[in-house]
Amino acid sequence: MTPTPSGGPEPVLTVDGLTVSFRSRYGSVQAVDGISYELAPGEVLAVVGESGCGKSVTSMAVLGLLPPTAHTTGSIRFADGRGGTRELLGADERTLGSVRGKEIAMIFQEPMTSLNPVLTVGRQIAEVLRRHQGLNRAQARARAVELLGLVGIPAPDRRVDEYPHQLSGGMRQRVMIAIAVACDPRVLIADEPTTALDVTVQAGILDVLRNLREQLGTAIVLITHDLGVVADIADRVLVMYAGRAVEQGTVQEVFAEPRHPYTRGLLDAVLRPGTRPEGGRLREIPGVVPRLTDSPDVCTFAPRCDRADERCTALRPALDTAAHAAACWHPLAGAAAPAPSEATR
Amino acid sequence: MIPYLLRRAGQSLVTLVLVSVVVFLGVRALPGDPALAMAGETPDPQLVAAIRHQYGFDQSLPVQYWKFVSSAVTGNFGISSRTGMSVTHSILSAAPVTVELALLSLLLATLIGIGAGVAAAVRRGRPTEWLANAVALLGLSVPSFWLGMVLVLAFAVAIPLFAASGFVPISADPLDNLHRMALPALVLGSGMAAVVMRQTRSSMLESLSADYVRTARAKGLARRQVVYGHALRNSLITVTTVLGLQLGQLISGAVVTEQIFVLPGFGKLTLDAVTNRDYATIQGVVLCTATAYILVNLLVDVLYSAIDPRIRIGGAA
Ligand SMILES: Nc1ncnc2c1ncn2[C@@H]1O[C@H](COP(=O)(O)OP(=O)(O)OP(=O)(O)O)[C@@H](O)[C@H]1O
Ligand SMILES: [Mg+2]
Repeated sequence: MTPTPSGGPEPVLTVDGLTVSFRSRYGSVQAVDGISYELAPGEVLAVVGESGCGKSVTSMAVLGLLPPTAHTTGSIRFADGRGGTRELLGADERTLGSVRGKEIAMIFQEPMTSLNPVLTVGRQIAEVLRRHQGLNRAQARARAVELLGLVGIPAPDRRVDEYPHQLSGGMRQRVMIAIAVACDPRVLIADEPTTALDVTVQAGILDVLRNLREQLGTAIVLITHDLGVVADIADRVLVMYAGRAVEQGTVQEVFAEPRHPYTRGLLDAVLRPGTRPEGGRLREIPGVVPRLTDSPDVCTFAPRCDRADERCTALRPALDTAAHAAACWHPLAGAAAPAPSEATR
Repeated sequence: MIPYLLRRAGQSLVTLVLVSVVVFLGVRALPGDPALAMAGETPDPQLVAAIRHQYGFDQSLPVQYWKFVSSAVTGNFGISSRTGMSVTHSILSAAPVTVELALLSLLLATLIGIGAGVAAAVRRGRPTEWLANAVALLGLSVPSFWLGMVLVLAFAVAIPLFAASGFVPISADPLDNLHRMALPALVLGSGMAAVVMRQTRSSMLESLSADYVRTARAKGLARRQVVYGHALRNSLITVTTVLGLQLGQLISGAVVTEQIFVLPGFGKLTLDAVTNRDYATIQGVVLCTATAYILVNLLVDVLYSAIDPRIRIGGAA
């Protein structure tokens, strides 16, 4: 599948110029600065970037789960596929309540703490079924057992009555997936669903996600550090740097021909033999990720970039939303530089 | 669970034996002689000797202790040297007063404390929180005798909603009983309510920012269900611990409260017994109170593990 962001089927989720800043008495932090993407039905979009670049904050904003200290602007639209479109950013609790867990579900980064320790896993799955599908207690329980089996938990009729502390990390993450897929959501946001787990467990979890997309046509936003996972399962990639999107395109395009020097750096670190450091972590790109307090009109990667010139520190490069594009004044591989348009809408 | 309960029962037994020794020696270490106290203004030595003999005060301490303990296990605490009546009888008639007072205050403290604590946590930074905090601070710092007087002046004298003294058994007239017990229960429960409120508030603030609450919200659950079904369920674990720790204070606080409101409970019984060197009554009351205290703590432990599955069912599978 090669979905074209514009011109293809109507996107199920549209994030448009999203900004998120946190205000505290110690000053403000610009965690997300103008992220836009479109997610087609059944598409797997990978969001990659270094730790702290705003991946989790972006996805939390979609479901309105940010703390009250967060200040957001932009637009997040959800299309329910029946002709209705809902604006989610700044929506009231009732609107969000009807979307959360039913239309858009989320798997969180922390499998060990994301389940309630005093409730059985069955109860925690049943809850979402009773809320959105109006099942009674017995029906919800039966369906919970079914879902546990679906996500690959052995002896589901026994596990359903167990508490989270009786399950391993991988099992807990499967339970989280069971909760997330319980109501056949149109969109699943998976925030590093495998990072906290060991490699064999990772493969199993990815299989579950893949099946979900194939069998139910669920669109998935997959947040990950792991470019191997991206190559394995994703259709398109969005590369984030310090709260901004710096490159996007299909997996083939971006991996074969990265245009942003930052993307290139990320890929060099893992894909080229010989440059792969011990433990497979990203190669150090010289310099540090800036911690932004506002939204400067420059390329924030310039201090770490060997292609940077005075233009990069004077103007902010925009990211074209069509096809393969990079927010860079001096893109690699002969691509044309983007026009200096308004980056933050 | 069963081995644990057996171990706890064993510990409790040891504690009770120690308590019995301490109270037995304690009352005898008090200055004053019960026989002299009973014999009147100008004691006749023969009468004093007769009284001593009648109550067994002339026997050796080990013999006296043995008599006390061996009859205590059958529920017989001997004869009061003050009233000449069975101590067991006076304990049984005082117990309903104190037990009701303690239960009512516990109920009030739990309802007010948890309710206000949840409200303060949910409405963080808004007037509700400040109000709840201010009231809690007041509840903690105001001594009960003073609070008792103020409440009596306000709600028994100025606005006569409640009675200020006396006791009517709940079996005789439930309404009149509550009418008289409301103020004492409020006085006794206020300190505990404040402690419970503060604990509930801080542990709710913690629960509400926990990852599993975020999960609950991500499921689209109603706010009420997120707050009570998820956050409070977890907070109750620490709140129960605090309730257990506070129960001791409830028992000692009851003595003062009963004095203020002239209630014929354990407090009055103890005070009368101590002023009259009534050994048998003091021993009986202390032993019964200690037993109640131990039982209640055991109950709290059981409750604790009922709320927290990590205690009830150990270990990862
Ligand atoms: N509640 C908050 N208050 C203040 N700052 C926050 C808050 N949550 C996140 N941030 C900041 O927002 C930025 C982005 O955080 P985010 O969690 O989205 O990173 P991430 O890309 O998910 O990183 P990781 O890969 O480590 O999960 C970070 O600088 C973080 O410190
Ligand atoms: Mg994250």
